[in-house]
Amino acid sequence: MYDGWKILVGLIIGVILLAYPFWPDAEKWAAKTPEPELTAKAQEAKVCVEPKSYIRTQHMKLLDQWRDSVVRDGIRQYENSTGKVYDISLQNTCIECHSNKTKFCDQCHTYAGVDPFCWDCHIEPEENM
Amino acid sequence: MLEKAIQGSRLYWGWVIALLAFIGIGFLFYLTQYFEGLKVTGMSRDVSWGFYIAQLTYLVGVAASGVMVVLPFYLHDYKAFGRITILGEFVAISAVVMCILFVLVDLGKPMRFLNVLLYPRPNSVLFWDATVLSIYLLLNLIIGWNVLSSERKGIHYPGWVKPLIYISIPWAFSIHTVTAFLYSGLPGRHYWLTAILAARFLSSAFCSGPALLILLCMIVRKFTRFDPGTKQMRTLAVIVTYAMIFNVFFFFLEIFTAFYSQIPSHMVHFQFLFAGYEGHGRLVPWMWTAAFFALVSLILLINPTTRKNEGTMMVGCVAVIIATWIDKGLGLLIGGFTPNPFERVTDYWPTLTEFMISVMVWAIGLFVLTVLFKVAVSVKEEVEGVT
Amino acid sequence: MGIKRRDFLKLAGLSTLIGLGGKTAFQLFAPGELEASIKEVPLTAGTKWGMVVDMTKMDEHLMDKCIEACHRTHNVPKIENPKHEIKWIWKEAYEHTFPGQHHDYVTEKYENRNFLLLCNHCTNPPCCRVCPTKATWKREQDGIVMMDQHRCIGCRFCMAACPYGVRSFNWGDPRTMDEALNPDFPTNREYPTRAVGVVEKCNFCAERLAKGQYPACVEAANEIRKGALTFGDLDAPDSEVRKLLHEHYTIIRKPELGTGPNIFYIV
Repeated sequence: MYDGWKILVGLIIGVILLAYPFWPDAEKWAAKTPEPELTAKAQEAKVCVEPKSYIRTQHMKLLDQWRDSVVRDGIRQYENSTGKVYDISLQNTCIECHSNKTKFCDQCHTYAGVDPFCWDCHIEPEENM
Repeated sequence: MLEKAIQGSRLYWGWVIALLAFIGIGFLFYLTQYFEGLKVTGMSRDVSWGFYIAQLTYLVGVAASGVMVVLPFYLHDYKAFGRITILGEFVAISAVVMCILFVLVDLGKPMRFLNVLLYPRPNSVLFWDATVLSIYLLLNLIIGWNVLSSERKGIHYPGWVKPLIYISIPWAFSIHTVTAFLYSGLPGRHYWLTAILAARFLSSAFCSGPALLILLCMIVRKFTRFDPGTKQMRTLAVIVTYAMIFNVFFFFLEIFTAFYSQIPSHMVHFQFLFAGYEGHGRLVPWMWTAAFFALVSLILLINPTTRKNEGTMMVGCVAVIIATWIDKGLGLLIGGFTPNPFERVTDYWPTLTEFMISVMVWAIGLFVLTVLFKVAVSVKEEVEGVT
Repeated sequence: MGIKRRDFLKLAGLSTLIGLGGKTAFQLFAPGELEASIKEVPLTAGTKWGMVVDMTKMDEHLMDKCIEACHRTHNVPKIENPKHEIKWIWKEAYEHTFPGQHHDYVTEKYENRNFLLLCNHCTNPPCCRVCPTKATWKREQDGIVMMDQHRCIGCRFCMAACPYGVRSFNWGDPRTMDEALNPDFPTNREYPTRAVGVVEKCNFCAERLAKGQYPACVEAANEIRKGALTFGDLDAPDSEVRKLLHEHYTIIRKPELGTGPNIFYIV
C-alpha cells in the first residue's frame, strides 16, 4: 500500500473529529438543551395524560396512536394508566394546557432538528399567555 | 460494462450534457410544483388526472412492447431478433423509469409514496400497477444485463436467467393490462368503461413501441458501427403493421357500439373529441390529426413496397407514433374526464410548468436510454470486432 | 390502553356506564374533560347512516345556509377559481344532478332548479375500492366513507372513481387562499384544516356524531325549516329517515351504477 501511514493517520484524525459529541466537556460548549415551559394551567394540573417521563420520551408515539385511534377506529376517548379518561385531541386536549406552542413544542423540536407536520393541518394555539 | 458509457465521442457527450440541461431546467419547474402544489398544472377537480398520467399510460405501452422482440426470439426461435432483443429490453427499462417518475410527479404528497407499500390495499389497481411495473423493471434489468455481459464474454447466459425470460413475456402483457384496468373498472366514466380497453392498449402498445424501436435502430445504424440489421427492422415493421390494424379496428368497434346503440353517455366523449361539445373543441384538430396519421401509417405500412422501402417505412413509423401518442397521451385522459359526471365541461390544457416537468421526465428517460444503448452498442461493436 | 371499539360503542349506545366492564367509570377532569354531551348520544348508535333531502321544503336560502354551516364547521376555504374549488356540500341544477333522468318535458318546478349535493356515503363505494393506501375507507360500524388525511398520497384515483364528483383535491395550500374571501379563516378552531396535496370530502360530521350532535348541515337546515334535511340510521326500521322513505317516493343519484347512495331526495 502506498503511503499507508498517511492514510492511517488521516483515518484516526477523521474518527476523532467525528466523535466530537463524546469528547470530555462536550456539554459545556454544546448548545443548551431547552427546557419546555409550562403554562400556569399546566402547572396547576400537575399531571399530563401520562407520567412526565413517559410523555417526554413517548409523546410522538402516543400522538400517532391517538391519531389512528380517532381517525381510523373512531375511538375518541383515551383511558390512561390510572384509569382517567380524556378526549383524544392534539388540537383541543393537548393545547388546552399547552397553549404556548413556541415554548412548549417548537424550541425542543428545533433543537432536536425534527420538523413534525402536525401543524400543517392542526390549528396552532393563539398564544396570549 | 458501465464504463462504456463514459467513453464516447464529442457528439455523445454533447447529447448527454444537453439531456442533463433539460433535466436541470425541468427540475426547477418541479420545485415550484413541489412547494406551490399541483395548482401550477392545468388540472382541476373535474379533469383530475392530466398530461402526467397520460404519459404514464403511453409509456407503459412502450415498455410492454419490448416483448415484441423478446417473444419471437425466445419462444419462436426467430434468430434474427437476437441482435436487437437487448435494445428492446433497454427501451423497456427506460420507459418504466419514466412511468414511475410520471406517477411520482403527479402525486400531491410524493414524500408519502411508500404508504402504498406500508398500507397496501390489494383491490386497488394502482397498488398492482406500482407492483407489476417495479417487478417488470427488475426483470428487464437482470435479464438484459446478464445476457449482455455473457455475450461480451462469449459465453451463454447463465441458466437461471431463462425462467426469468419466460416470466417476463406474460409479465409484459400484464403491465399494460393492469394499466388499462386503472381506467376500465371505474363506474360512470363511459369512455373508459369498456371491456376492450386493455386490448386497445396492447394493440396500440405493440405498434407504437416497435415503431419507436425501428427509429432507434436507424439512429444506432447511423451513429455507430453496429448495424441492427435490415431484416430485423423489416420484421418489426410487419409487427407494427398488424398491431396498428388491430388498434384501428378496435377503435371502430368502440365507435360502432357507441353510435349504433345511440346511448348518449357512450357517444358524448367521442363527440367531444372529434366534433366538440357545447363549444369546447380544443382537442378536435388533434384527434383528426391522429386519424390522418393513422390512415397515412396504414397506407404506407400495409403496402409491401412502401413498407420495405426504408424511407417510407420510417415515415410510416413516425405516423404510427404521432397517431398513437395523440390517442393515448391526450385523447384518452382528457376525453375520459370530459364531460364530467354532471355533464359539464371544464377545459383542460397542460401548463408550461406541467410541460417542462414532463420534459424533465422524458429527458431522464432518454438519458437512461442513451447510457444503456451506449453500453449495449459498445459491447456489440466489441464482440463483432468492428471498433 | 384505549377503550376497545366495542366497549365504546356499547357505552355510547346505552349512554350509560354499565356496559364498560369492570373498574372503569367515566370521571370528569378539568383538562381534556369529557363533554357532558357524551351522555345524550342516541345518534352514535347508528349502523348505517343516511340522509333524506326533502326538496319540497328546500329553497336557495336554506341550501346556502347548510353549505355555510358545513364549510365553516370544517374550515373549508372559499376559492375563486372553480377549477380548484373545495366543496363538501354544494348546489347543482336538476338536469346536472340527475343527468340520466332528464327529458324534454320535466316540470318547471324542477327544470333548472338547484339540488343540494354531498357525498353519498355509498353502500358499495368505488372510491374506497381504488385507494392504494386505505386512506379512504368505509367505516364498518356506521357506514361513513372516511378520509384519513394523514395517509393520503394525493394520487386522485378516488376522484376518477367517484361517479358523483364529490371529492375535492387541495391543489394549493388551503391556508394561503385569498384572504379577502376568507377573512376569518380558520372558522372553527376546534377542527383542523387540510394541507396541500390531499383529497377531502364530506365526512358526515363524524366528529359531531361522536358527541351525539347532528351533522352541521342538518342542524342548520332544521333551524330554518323542520324536516328539510333528515339524518338517521337506515338500519333502524323505526328511525325518522326510514319513516320518510316509507311514506314518500324518493330518488337517488345514478342508481344504475350499483354504488348504493345513501342520500335520498324527496321530489
